[in-house]
Amino acid sequence: MSIIQVTNLKKSFGTLEVLKDINSEIKEKEVVCVIGPSGSGKSTFLRCLNKLEDITSGHVIIDGHDITDPKVNINKVRQDVGMVFQGFNLFPHMTVLENVTLAPTKVRSDKKESAKSKALDLLEKVGLKEKANSYPGELSGGQKQRVAIARALAMSPKIMLFDEPTSALDPEMVGEVLEVMKQLANDGMTMIVVTHEMGFAREVGDRVIFMDGGYIVEENIPNELFGNPQHERTKLFLSKVL
Amino acid sequence: MEAIVTALPYLLDGLQVTLYIFVTALILGLIIGLIMALFRLAPLKILNWIAKIYIDAIRGTPILVQLFFIYFGLNTLDWISLDKTTAGIITVGLNAGAYFAEIIRAGIQSIDKGQTEAARSLGLTSSQNMRYVVLPQAFRRMLPTFTNQSIISLKDTSLLSIIGIADLTQQGEVATATTFEAFKIWFAVGVIYFILIYLLSLLANFLERRFELR
Repeated sequence: MSIIQVTNLKKSFGTLEVLKDINSEIKEKEVVCVIGPSGSGKSTFLRCLNKLEDITSGHVIIDGHDITDPKVNINKVRQDVGMVFQGFNLFPHMTVLENVTLAPTKVRSDKKESAKSKALDLLEKVGLKEKANSYPGELSGGQKQRVAIARALAMSPKIMLFDEPTSALDPEMVGEVLEVMKQLANDGMTMIVVTHEMGFAREVGDRVIFMDGGYIVEENIPNELFGNPQHERTKLFLSKVL
Repeated sequence: MEAIVTALPYLLDGLQVTLYIFVTALILGLIIGLIMALFRLAPLKILNWIAKIYIDAIRGTPILVQLFFIYFGLNTLDWISLDKTTAGIITVGLNAGAYFAEIIRAGIQSIDKGQTEAARSLGLTSSQNMRYVVLPQAFRRMLPTFTNQSIISLKDTSLLSIIGIADLTQQGEVATATTFEAFKIWFAVGVIYFILIYLLSLLANFLERRFELR
């Protein structure tokens, strides 16, 4: 049974159709990397999975809940789907610790103390326990993104979505974020990662999806997709980025 | 100096009334302003329209006309009976509310969309997002314009003397009539308003530092 099922997903912004007909299934504990040229719809696809974008048509079923059904409580589903953004989007008026404990205490009504100790555990896991009382403005980009990962993990999600998590980082900080993600993958998290880091996709991904023009053009295990691409568009894209 | 001594009890009585009306009108204005700002940003067209009509009506007419309409106009209706002070508070409150609504709306819209996306992706409802993420950040950005409008509203209360409310300005008239010392009395009234507004901006500066964004 797949934890994510996407059937005939279409998404338009006004008259511009960004996702034309997406079908995909993602199994539990699978790490799927989504690659493709900019404007191919890969970020939009990811944002449809937790309904940050309204879905024009088709079905997206997350852990048994069809989020295109207006009767489904999307806030409830989102608790199980963590998301990490290209621009971090930490809350600047809160300390690192408050960033991580906000959702557990307000959304899930966890006790302050237990939320705090869990948050400190997570910050330790991403190597930032000593920054608990700092504000986001005092952190480097790589540190911000690791806090953002801890913040998403605080809700104990079943699925983690990563939207180009290293694209806004200085090159020397990419490694520390990828390292945390790798560790997460090893722990068995179901992950969908929109990325330009082909090395990461090849090493950590169980499967790579290549998108172009609003379609999934090709998907395969990393070695096959990178080593033996079947479609012209995939070959063209890979020849430019590898 | 004697004139001031004679006038001072009048002026202090007036100051009390001015302060009372200002503070209640400010609270009323903030409540209306917040509600109207949320109406303007709400997904429901009807709410947008209510807020827009209210804001345009207030901004499009002089406050003196609003005061006369509320005190003289509305009081001609059988089922409405407003005393002077209530009419004054409602006028200044409604007036400030329209400007506050625009200040709050602009403040909310100035917060990066990514903040809301991050909050919603964590499972926060739209009102939790407003309360914990957007409004605290917007509040800090709104403070300077907020202070401005509060000062304007404080000065607007002096217009209420026209319908006979015994505020600081009205009491200045009374004191002048008693002492015949127009120059000294109106200078003193001006000084009292000035001190009041100066204290208000000190408070605003303190709040700005207190809520500084890190």
